[in-house]
Amino acid sequence: MVSLTINHQSLQVPEGTTILEAAKSAGIVIPTLCYLKELNEVAACRVCMVEIEGSNRLMPACDTVAQEGMVVFTNSRRAREARKINTQLLLSRHDCQCPTCVRSGNCSLQDLAHDLNIIEVPFEKQIPKNTWNMDHPLNRYASKCIRCLRCINVCEKVQSLGVWALNGTGEYNKIEVKDGADFSAAHCALCGQCITHCPVGALVERDDTQQLLDAIDDPDKITVMQVAPAVRAAWGDTLGFTKEQATVKRMVAAFRALGVDYVFDTNFSADLTIMEEGSEFIERMTHPGEYPMPMFTSCCPGWVRFAKLEYPELVPHLSTAKSPQQMFGAVAKTYYAQLLGVDPERIFCVSVMPCTAKKYECSVPEVNDAGAGRDVDMVLTTREIGRLLRSVHVDIASLPEEEFDQPLGIGTGAAVIFGATGGVMEAALRSAYYLITGKNPDADAFQAVRGQEVKGWKAKTLEINGITVRIAVASGLGNARRLIEALKRGEVQYDFIEIMACPGGCAGGGGQPIQDGCELAGERGEKLYVLDKELPLRFSHENPAVLKLYEDFMEKPLSHKAHQLLHTDQTKWRL
Amino acid sequence: MNRLSMDHGNHAQKTVESFYQAMGKRLTAVPEGNCPLNLSLAFLRLCLSQSCGKCVPCRVGLDRLAKMVESTLEGKAELKDLAIMEKTAQAIWDSADCAIGFEAAGVLLEGLRAFKDDFLSHIENHRCSMDFKAIPCQEGCPAHVDIPGYIALVKAGRYADAVRLIREDNPFPEVCGLICEHPCEEKCRRHMVDDAVNIRALKRFAVEHAGEVPPPPSAPATGKKVAIVGAGPSGLTAAYYLSLMGHAVTVFERRRKAGGMLRYGIPTYRLPDDSLDREIGVILSTGAVLKTGVEIGKDITIQQLRETYDSVYISIGAHADNKLGIEGEETEGVLSAIQLLGDAGEGQAPDFTGKNVVIVGGGNVAMDASRTARRLGSKQVTCVYRRRMQDMTALPEEIEGAAAEGCEIRTLLAPVRIEQENGKVRAIILQPQQVGLIEKGRTSVKNANLPEVRIPCDVVVAAIGQKVDARHFEEFGYPVKRGLIQTGDDLSVQGQEGVFSGGDDVTGPATVIRAIQAGKVAAVNIDKYLGFHTELPSEIDIPPASWMFMPACGRANTTLRPAEECKNDFEMMEIGLTWEEAQQECSRCLRCDHYGYSSFRGGRKDLW
Repeated sequence: MVSLTINHQSLQVPEGTTILEAAKSAGIVIPTLCYLKELNEVAACRVCMVEIEGSNRLMPACDTVAQEGMVVFTNSRRAREARKINTQLLLSRHDCQCPTCVRSGNCSLQDLAHDLNIIEVPFEKQIPKNTWNMDHPLNRYASKCIRCLRCINVCEKVQSLGVWALNGTGEYNKIEVKDGADFSAAHCALCGQCITHCPVGALVERDDTQQLLDAIDDPDKITVMQVAPAVRAAWGDTLGFTKEQATVKRMVAAFRALGVDYVFDTNFSADLTIMEEGSEFIERMTHPGEYPMPMFTSCCPGWVRFAKLEYPELVPHLSTAKSPQQMFGAVAKTYYAQLLGVDPERIFCVSVMPCTAKKYECSVPEVNDAGAGRDVDMVLTTREIGRLLRSVHVDIASLPEEEFDQPLGIGTGAAVIFGATGGVMEAALRSAYYLITGKNPDADAFQAVRGQEVKGWKAKTLEINGITVRIAVASGLGNARRLIEALKRGEVQYDFIEIMACPGGCAGGGGQPIQDGCELAGERGEKLYVLDKELPLRFSHENPAVLKLYEDFMEKPLSHKAHQLLHTDQTKWRL
Repeated sequence: MNRLSMDHGNHAQKTVESFYQAMGKRLTAVPEGNCPLNLSLAFLRLCLSQSCGKCVPCRVGLDRLAKMVESTLEGKAELKDLAIMEKTAQAIWDSADCAIGFEAAGVLLEGLRAFKDDFLSHIENHRCSMDFKAIPCQEGCPAHVDIPGYIALVKAGRYADAVRLIREDNPFPEVCGLICEHPCEEKCRRHMVDDAVNIRALKRFAVEHAGEVPPPPSAPATGKKVAIVGAGPSGLTAAYYLSLMGHAVTVFERRRKAGGMLRYGIPTYRLPDDSLDREIGVILSTGAVLKTGVEIGKDITIQQLRETYDSVYISIGAHADNKLGIEGEETEGVLSAIQLLGDAGEGQAPDFTGKNVVIVGGGNVAMDASRTARRLGSKQVTCVYRRRMQDMTALPEEIEGAAAEGCEIRTLLAPVRIEQENGKVRAIILQPQQVGLIEKGRTSVKNANLPEVRIPCDVVVAAIGQKVDARHFEEFGYPVKRGLIQTGDDLSVQGQEGVFSGGDDVTGPATVIRAIQAGKVAAVNIDKYLGFHTELPSEIDIPPASWMFMPACGRANTTLRPAEECKNDFEMMEIGLTWEEAQQECSRCLRCDHYGYSSFRGGRKDLW
């Protein structure tokens, strides 16, 4: 332990603790901007400067380890002046278009300027130009970038991709796509983690909200909305709702208040995915030598992009099942159009996703098979839907709760947990057990795969009716890479592997509401497990709407029709 | 009003002087990977600040050039602007009235050509093509030794760990602590505050206080056999790392003992035999086998060697001497520095008692030869050089040391012939020189209109450079150009599968640390050639950077034993730092491995 005083307060902290963390432990707030614990400790913004007795210069609290006998002042005049000037310097090259910025009200720079009582900037404004092609699902405003370097570090350290880099020296130093490459050639998985870790509005998803409003207003269009599992764990954050206000049923009412015709649940097609992917896995397992093994899940488009870009040799190992989003679109524009008795062309399919890569996925020609335009016409992130909800000026908190529409609004607990790491695997195991043994396991029998590994993956060997199944679950692409490299080196062997691109799974998705400095995947994932437990149906193979779909339309899992609409040839779908 | 008055200069003027000094210090420590355009822009602006503003090319031209460089940096320039910049710079060079203008343009003109790729990168891709390097000393060190790391370890008193850390990149900490040319220090960021940290002295301090530090255990045997030709610093470095990687290494050395130029080129008063033997002992304790007295090309051919081993590394160094090429050179009493220092290394130095000795040359070897001659009992040692003192390639402290020991240094004298009597040297005749134009950065000399100078002497030592004897390899079809063995960047010899070469025989005479670098590069690439990717892990944790900033503080230098005393013996000449001095030097380190760019990128690398 090390003893020091901060602002005359004596405290003891473990050796190696930074001044920032030491202060935090004593309830002393030191403002920060670029700092993200363990992820971005670069001491670049120089906002957390503090005065240390005996030092002739200020030191950054985030990067200075507390030492025995240190006397620290976090709020001395010198520290406050330096902090203020540095923030003003940042503001002098930040395009302060706050009223029209998506991060207004949720921007660390805005908060900081406000907290430091900065009401003017004494420096000439020099704003870098935006040169980004805003058609990409992921947009970057150089004019707002404060070069905190978080995007570079999260992409490199957590996602192992290193799409972003720093180039040039002095005032010409800038964030670029690595090696100055074109973004479309940069092996970006489009996971959106750089967006959720950006403290300002420099990195954002492409805004598609107007497209939905246009569709709603088009009398010829029937707007059909699907809502991904993880959205329900976070949508209320965009409106500042309490847990009690942000219920699933109120979410349905809110989305309906936007004017969409039908609000359905991606849980329906998540259950469908389990039927298809689970059957595919059993087919692969029971026909050794016929198929490439292990089999990888394919519901996460960030992971699928990663696999295709970084490990093309693994593509035949990806499940041929489409993602729940795309299965939903294919069903909506065939089966559901038939049920409604309308021309599928009239159906406008919109999905609300915790994800930025889904914006890309819906545009891939190879996953569009219903023959009526795109199977999913457009994707909104949880953040975008939050912005739309605010814009309709309805008192959503007081809206009475409503149910999803039928029949594509029926989902089981197995589907809800798709939104958390390990969820797809757990759901698949629940049904695989049934398919192999003919009876249901305890719904909580496979919870060992729950929870996030910061570095590494979860692995388990199961015995189902004499069949040994070796499974592994990884979230975060850095972990995916570790797992794949271990597989390639022959250190590990698995039969079935679930991978989600975002740490913690979709709950921590790149399209989720941002709370700067907080990793909320765990908390949000936890909400999904609570919902699973509360639902009467917890097995995908018991979803009555899915069973009816097979009975009336799709015949059976892996049928010819299912192959046509619900599967894709991964090897044909290149990037 | 006085017609004339004394000008004492005011405070502002004096401060300007300190600005210039600060600028000079800064330029000494320019970080590697700095954008050359950004630097050009700063240079132009500085030049412009010196312009009186009278003439168009300087006043307007330099400003417009600066603006064009600026717009290139901003990604606004087009390809045609490059031609305009070049034409403008040429016009300023041609037409400015004084050096303030034309020299500025001249430098930029050179830059436009030298950094053309970077200009193009900025124009075409709107980005800089350079890669910013975080730790200047480590980048400046050819072997990329973790310098801030071992300085922190020395500060913490963990001397053995410091030695282990150095050995991860350089198996010669003791040798380098004594005689490295320390290019790391040139780059040291501490220059910006006061002066470079005395890195070499801290390395010496670490070694002296570490006690015996055995090498790490070698990786399991791979069954691969590697032959190394030449037991100099490069060959022994390769041997060390290849052995640690688990390969069976045999080092062939034609002389009686290992060490190469370390033993046969560097006098023992700078590098004692004990130190060298100890270091070689550690290297060989990894399992590498040394076979001395075996000459490739005489006892066995390179082809035979290649057939017996899975891979071969040629590191024969540059041990052949350059000739003076003057009349009387074959006379008894004329010898080369290589011969003199080599014989001294063998313990068979000639006796110069009572003799007058003239050394010809101005490099470090010439100084070593002079001081060796001094120690061999010479009555008078004179070192003659055809250029000026400041043109000598020898380190200033070496020249000063030689002078302090009583070697007379005479410059601007070119040897013409050697006078003999009864087949023995009687004098050397020299033609006085005059400095001339600076060509390719080197000041040229020409004969001065002065009579020849005669220096009576008994011995003439030619210290005018070494060359490589690669004839044997040439005979076997190895690519040899201008006397040097040709290799790729990975040190592989083209057309000779599995054969690598590095060190002086590839670069020409260079420094020990360059040879070590080559040995390391060769080891990694030989390992790869043999089908491995062996990583030598680092397990030394480095003490965290301290938050204390040491205010401007003088650099503690090593000292020398009194010249009067050490000119008579071959004992170690340099006296290392005291503990207090070492601690203070350690505190001067700015820990660039942590502060600055390193906390983001380019910090500590645990593997090569």
